Amino acid sequence: MKKTGTYAAKVGLAEMLKGGVIMDVTDAKQAKIAEDAGAVAVMALERVPADIRRDGGVARMSDVAKIKEIQQTVSIPVMAKCRIGHFAEAQILEAIEVDFIDESEVLTPADENYHIDKHKFTVPFVCGCRNLGEALRRIAEGAAMIRTKGEAGTGDIVEAVRHMRDVMSSIRRVQTMGDEELVRYGKEIGAPLEQLKQVRELGLLPVPNFAAGGIATPADASLMMQLGAQAVFVGSGIFKSEDPAARAQAIVYATTHYKDPHKLAEVSTGLAKAMESLDVRSMPEKELLSTRGW
Amino acid sequence: MVKANIPPVAGLLALQGDFEKHKAALRALGAEVIEVRTEDQLEHVDALIIPGGESTTMTILMPDSLRSSLIQFASSHPVWGTCAGMIMLSTTRSDSRVRPLGLVDLEVERMGFGRQVFSFEGELRLSERLAEHERPFKGFFIRAPRVKEKSKELEVLAWLNDEPVALIKGNILLTSFHPELAEDDRFHRFFLSMIDKSSSRKG
Repeated sequence: MKKTGTYAAKVGLAEMLKGGVIMDVTDAKQAKIAEDAGAVAVMALERVPADIRRDGGVARMSDVAKIKEIQQTVSIPVMAKCRIGHFAEAQILEAIEVDFIDESEVLTPADENYHIDKHKFTVPFVCGCRNLGEALRRIAEGAAMIRTKGEAGTGDIVEAVRHMRDVMSSIRRVQTMGDEELVRYGKEIGAPLEQLKQVRELGLLPVPNFAAGGIATPADASLMMQLGAQAVFVGSGIFKSEDPAARAQAIVYATTHYKDPHKLAEVSTGLAKAMESLDVRSMPEKELLSTRGW
Repeated sequence: MVKANIPPVAGLLALQGDFEKHKAALRALGAEVIEVRTEDQLEHVDALIIPGGESTTMTILMPDSLRSSLIQFASSHPVWGTCAGMIMLSTTRSDSRVRPLGLVDLEVERMGFGRQVFSFEGELRLSERLAEHERPFKGFFIRAPRVKEKSKELEVLAWLNDEPVALIKGNILLTSFHPELAEDDRFHRFFLSMIDKSSSRKG
């Protein structure tokens, strides 16, 4: 008797990706470069976040032909992004058997009130967060993995650091709370009590907790891992840099050896130029992606 | 040589993958656990687990020096591969992107049960070598490899329907599923008993 699509089987895949690097790719050629560099999964999307910023307009799910091409090219899990609340895009991605769906703020939100009810799907979902309350709301909706939002497409790590520190410090606070305090705190941060209790018991999120949004160098990957991330997503950081294959390999290596500064120094030597970056502090509020979703 | 008063030291190959859940399961049974990323760390462990994850990634992250140390280590210590770890211990030639260690004569198909939407939980029948073997084991199969052809020397420890999903030969243990995701420590206890029986146990 086989049961597919159970919550444990969904979280199980997220567990397998730990210690790895998930890379944004737009086509099969990039996917191959990512796999050869040691990526643990690829994320298919129409345009990398830096290009979405530059071009503007509505950013949507990738074309199905592109995703299928990527699936045929690589053996590692293939993830794909859908718009926040766009459950029809998610249904399509499930129908073509992608391995994970990212309900992502990087694409233009389709629903300003509701995220997708992720329990209804067989395929697991990852969602972004800026803080513990947001993480636990997504988990209550059925997300099997959480990542920081960071500020995608900037190459500026500051927001991912802020989000990870915020989540981790809230987790530490929760661990010291009594039941009454927990109820009140849940109300304050908009987090469901059941998930909050799990956090208190585990001292961790109940699902794997990854970093995303602004990672551009091997040192950035190490920083996020040392702050508590269990794996990293790299978006524009690879394919918007001068030598994607070499940078991808260096970031993979840095994620495994994140605690070893000598090995980090080795892979941080002589890398071609990083992506064109944007200082988040100089950006107007309306250009921020991390404020999408709630 | 049983040294019951000193906890065994289990290493977890931590290049990439699901090493944290294994760590928790082993610690709950009183073992000491060390993450292994380089060959010198192998010198401090009595046994090693190669966890689930991506076998292509592990192949790329494994320099030749570590590869040969692992092969040598496995000649005299218990080694357990789960999922991708099982692929790494096999002799599979089915995918040129993966360079297995070739420690047991076994051909597997990567993702033999299908992509993630076909990942599943299923009841396993256990061999009587496992504790309380009459009670089924809940097996988690995550994009799991499937046994295609195995040498007769590999003894079957668990079946999904009639298909072999856990194998052992000497000090090499293989599971295509993830006992570390089940709330059932029988395979971890079995592995620790392999350390107790192993003559190369450090003290």
